Amino acid sequence: MTESTEPTELETHDFDVLVIGAGGAGLRAAIEAREQGLKTGVICKSLFGKAHTVMAEGGIAASMGNANPKDNWEVHFRDTMRGGKFLNNPRMAELHAKEAPQRVWELETYGALFDRTDEGKISQRNFGGHEYPRLAHVGDRTGLELIRTLQQKVVSLQQEDKRETGDYFTKLEVFAETTVTDLLKDDAGRIAGALAYDREYGKFRVYRAPAVVLATGGIGKAFKVTSNSWEYTGDGAALALRSGAALINMEFIQFHPTGMVWPPSVKGILVTESVRGDGGVLRNSEGKRFMFDYVPDVFRSQYADTEEEADRWYKDPENNKRPPELLPRDEVARAINNEVKEGRGSPHGGVFLDVSSRLPADEIIRRLPSMHHQFKELADVDITAEPMEVGPTCHYVMGGIEVDPDTAATSVPGLFAAGEVAGGMHGSNRLGGNSLSDLLVFGRRAGTGAVEYVAGLGNSRPAVNDGDVQRAVEWSLGLFEEREHPENPYDLHHALQDQMNDLVGIIRREAEVREALTVLDELDERAKRVVVQGNRHFNPGWHLAMDLRNMLLVCRCVALAALERTESRGGHTREDHPAMDPQWRKVNLVETLDGDGRVELKRQPVPEIRQDLLDLFERSELAKYLTEEELQRRAGDES
Amino acid sequence: MSYQGSFRVWRGDDQSGGLVDYRVEVNEGEVVLDIIHRLQATQAPDLAVRWNCKAGKCGSCSAEINGKPRLLCMTRMSTFTEDETITVTPLRTFPVEKDLVTDVSFNYEKSREIPAFAPPEGVAPGDYRMSQWDVERSQEFRKCIECFLCQDVCHVVRDHEDNKQHFAGPRFLMRITELDMHPLDAADRREAARTEHGIGWCNITKCCTEVCPEHIKITDNALIPLKERVADRYYDPIVWLGNKIRRRST
Amino acid sequence: MATDLSGGVDAPGRAQIPERTLRVDRWWIQPLVTFICFTAWLLYGLIRASMQKDYFVADYGYLTPFASPCLSTSCEPGSTHFGTPFGQWPPLIPFAVLTLPFLLLFRLTCYYYRKAYYRSFWLSPPACAVAEPHKKYTGETRFPLVMQNLHRYFFYAAVIVSLINTYDVFHAFKGKDGGFGIGLGSLILLANVVLLWCYTLGCHSCRNLIGGRLNHFSRHPLRYKAWGWVSKLNAKHMLFAWVTLGSLVVTDAYIALVASGTISDLRIIN
Repeated sequence: MTESTEPTELETHDFDVLVIGAGGAGLRAAIEAREQGLKTGVICKSLFGKAHTVMAEGGIAASMGNANPKDNWEVHFRDTMRGGKFLNNPRMAELHAKEAPQRVWELETYGALFDRTDEGKISQRNFGGHEYPRLAHVGDRTGLELIRTLQQKVVSLQQEDKRETGDYFTKLEVFAETTVTDLLKDDAGRIAGALAYDREYGKFRVYRAPAVVLATGGIGKAFKVTSNSWEYTGDGAALALRSGAALINMEFIQFHPTGMVWPPSVKGILVTESVRGDGGVLRNSEGKRFMFDYVPDVFRSQYADTEEEADRWYKDPENNKRPPELLPRDEVARAINNEVKEGRGSPHGGVFLDVSSRLPADEIIRRLPSMHHQFKELADVDITAEPMEVGPTCHYVMGGIEVDPDTAATSVPGLFAAGEVAGGMHGSNRLGGNSLSDLLVFGRRAGTGAVEYVAGLGNSRPAVNDGDVQRAVEWSLGLFEEREHPENPYDLHHALQDQMNDLVGIIRREAEVREALTVLDELDERAKRVVVQGNRHFNPGWHLAMDLRNMLLVCRCVALAALERTESRGGHTREDHPAMDPQWRKVNLVETLDGDGRVELKRQPVPEIRQDLLDLFERSELAKYLTEEELQRRAGDES
Repeated sequence: MSYQGSFRVWRGDDQSGGLVDYRVEVNEGEVVLDIIHRLQATQAPDLAVRWNCKAGKCGSCSAEINGKPRLLCMTRMSTFTEDETITVTPLRTFPVEKDLVTDVSFNYEKSREIPAFAPPEGVAPGDYRMSQWDVERSQEFRKCIECFLCQDVCHVVRDHEDNKQHFAGPRFLMRITELDMHPLDAADRREAARTEHGIGWCNITKCCTEVCPEHIKITDNALIPLKERVADRYYDPIVWLGNKIRRRST
Repeated sequence: MATDLSGGVDAPGRAQIPERTLRVDRWWIQPLVTFICFTAWLLYGLIRASMQKDYFVADYGYLTPFASPCLSTSCEPGSTHFGTPFGQWPPLIPFAVLTLPFLLLFRLTCYYYRKAYYRSFWLSPPACAVAEPHKKYTGETRFPLVMQNLHRYFFYAAVIVSLINTYDVFHAFKGKDGGFGIGLGSLILLANVVLLWCYTLGCHSCRNLIGGRLNHFSRHPLRYKAWGWVSKLNAKHMLFAWVTLGSLVVTDAYIALVASGTISDLRIIN
């Protein structure tokens, strides 16, 4: 018997609330659960403090009104709905807009140091799709500030527990470099815990907990050109599906308009939207500011028609319309894609993003320090002297686990989800800056939801089914077994990334999406023959082989939903159905697994927008999104 | 343009190990991490390496390249000649787990020992007022991505295992400075900096600053000011006298 | 160099690598050069200070900083800018014995020089990621190195000495007739004293005292401004540390050459 197939001694841990994921949402959920007195565990796929949240650059959207006192939650709500093309879960968008300021202020009590206004308040910056300067930020490393602040808050809670009990980990413990492979349920179908392995030694652990919060982030690693890190393999979405929860709107994937395109090894790495918010402009190979040609009708009234007006806006936003470079991300990404396709791209297949001719060098370095650093060190480009080359990169999935807006509960009792892994909040397209605030608002709500759920259980804690554990461990260890025609997990991953990028990427066509589904069938077959070399001791090949299962499942969901939705909206562009269709606005695509593990897709109505929320919009604006029938019903209500 | 590059990569675990030679393809514009990934995909599927963002923002892929502590993702291949043999080893200050992965729990332990931010009493969330002037110094230190290269290179612990117990290392001494300079932090951190966290062990030889991928001036802006603040408190009767007089006159 | 690394990079559990360092660059050059330069400078200073010769050019009022202030009746007439409270001076004892030790201690406890000599003289460490040869290390926690914390006192003293040197420069702007005059020597002395101020005010202790110790710059705008200037100088502290070593030698050597009659001063005005 080799080391890799030895039966395992299972380590067991007990918690009231188990949070899977240690990014912004996970940590905020864990802090909430612990502050409300529950014993909380956090599982972290990489080291503590390395979660993908650190990559967020621009800021946290919250209508604190520090830069413009006219800003308030209603304006933020409107912007969010517009950005999401009205497909957002309106209750989530409402809660998010209302609670974001408190969540940001709270961070200051944890020790966060945002950039300041002259009055000493939190400074707020402009961003695409936001009517007023709204993003609390720290230079262009806001995500790092967020993750570090939450990390340090976790430590401070542990210090409290140490003072009381002599042990840091009595009530809040973080398990770094640990990956969950399966959620565990009791016989009644309630969540009972999770099975995980530690990446270092490959040992399996059973975490017993009546409530589990999924905060695992997105699925970007299924695409070739992506701004996401290796952790983003769709684990949470796949875990939720396999445990019986539903995913919604998985077709909506945000391609951030500006990722690096060169050198090849960093292709996809993000260039923050702040570059444009602070004055950067997009030009094609002919030197033209092409975004003026791509302002869609729904946004025509808010965006400048001429370069002169756009330039005046940076100084005087009250009396001028915004530059079209600050359109929502989906619009800009499609425009860049089109420029490149029509032969007006830059040498390495992107377009030019120029800030060097717009701001003095020291100002660029002060406002965009990490961009300056990133281009200097990775591409040998000095952004204070020359333009950057940028192109779209897979950045964020708007779709995700279907949750209750108020409690973040999924349809599986005891299972909660928050952050990127949850769906609905952002509709078909997310505004920049709304992600970090989403993490905080719904991270906290998931924590509270879990606490309430556990309180409601009383003494009837669900019990883990040992058979499930055994089967799950066997599957993982089975990857080391010899097989005929063995497959290498790295090859499979590369093939998946290439195909998803080409066939279900930024622009989609029916035939290609169908081809993708065929390819996924083949990859599923090949994945059954994956053989891992070496042993369980920190073996990246083995880790990838386990992640692949999740990626393949989630990619299938994306492709099926992309095929079903025959319109173009936000992060889903169908070349064969280029228009936005008000009938489709009423439809969420919901995916679940059937008894044989096959993905089932059904249509489900989008929750109605409450009357008082609808009243925040002009009728003329609603007319762009809602059906005639909906508009009449609204008019009827008014009369 | 691509060529076959020569690499020596340390393979092993906490029991044994050594440098293993590889020949591997190198393409234009790549960084050392790309090469390690190519090794994984083609020659050594179980080669252990830690990485996340691949953009120098998360601080996961710390290792030593040709003997120098570096981030694998921020070391461009173009900084080497084509016939150069590039040696990649794990960090040499922490226990090795496997190949390029080390056990960095020392840092997390130290991090837990630094008392957290002490919020000012009676200031509600939303009422925090701080001037940009006052937060700028601490903001520099908060750029830290916790790659722990400074902890790795610091000879106090690198060359003296027994010092690990009474020395927090540059990263966490900098954290103390960050909090001590925080305009609203309510705690005095100088006593603990001197006793528990060992600022006195630092002999300001600046290797931490040299290796910092975020170019934080750890020594000049954090460690020396902390030493000076400790001196204010413990070694400067003039400042002490001044404080005494001012307190009496107010 | 055979070094026992067992308590350090060869400690149990760490990656087993027999080499003391895997650096391939010539890391030993920097400490070596520092060692040679510091040693040479100290020898030069020691010899010149104890020579009691060729330290003053009476015609133009040039007094070398190595002999300033000159306070005894043994000093050449005209060089005693602060009177002669002392009588006959014994041989070999530097005329500036009241100030030189403080200047030496100021530099000895200077944060930059500490780095330089810990690396080049103590090899602790010789260079980054190169194992040091010592078995034990206690840093600056014990006597005598805990005394490094007294740097600020030597800074206070250095300010006084710099004022004295500045006063000396005023005396160096005179012609043979006793009226105003400028020679190359005056300019060298002036440049030297400017550089000395840049070094002295850029000191880390000064940076702390002037404003660094405050947590609320916004309540002390003047001190914040001053802190900003000092910080700029401080960023170049290493540069000024080296440049002033050079400028001191140049100044002293020039005065020695003129005073001994080896060369004559290049006069610009009178």
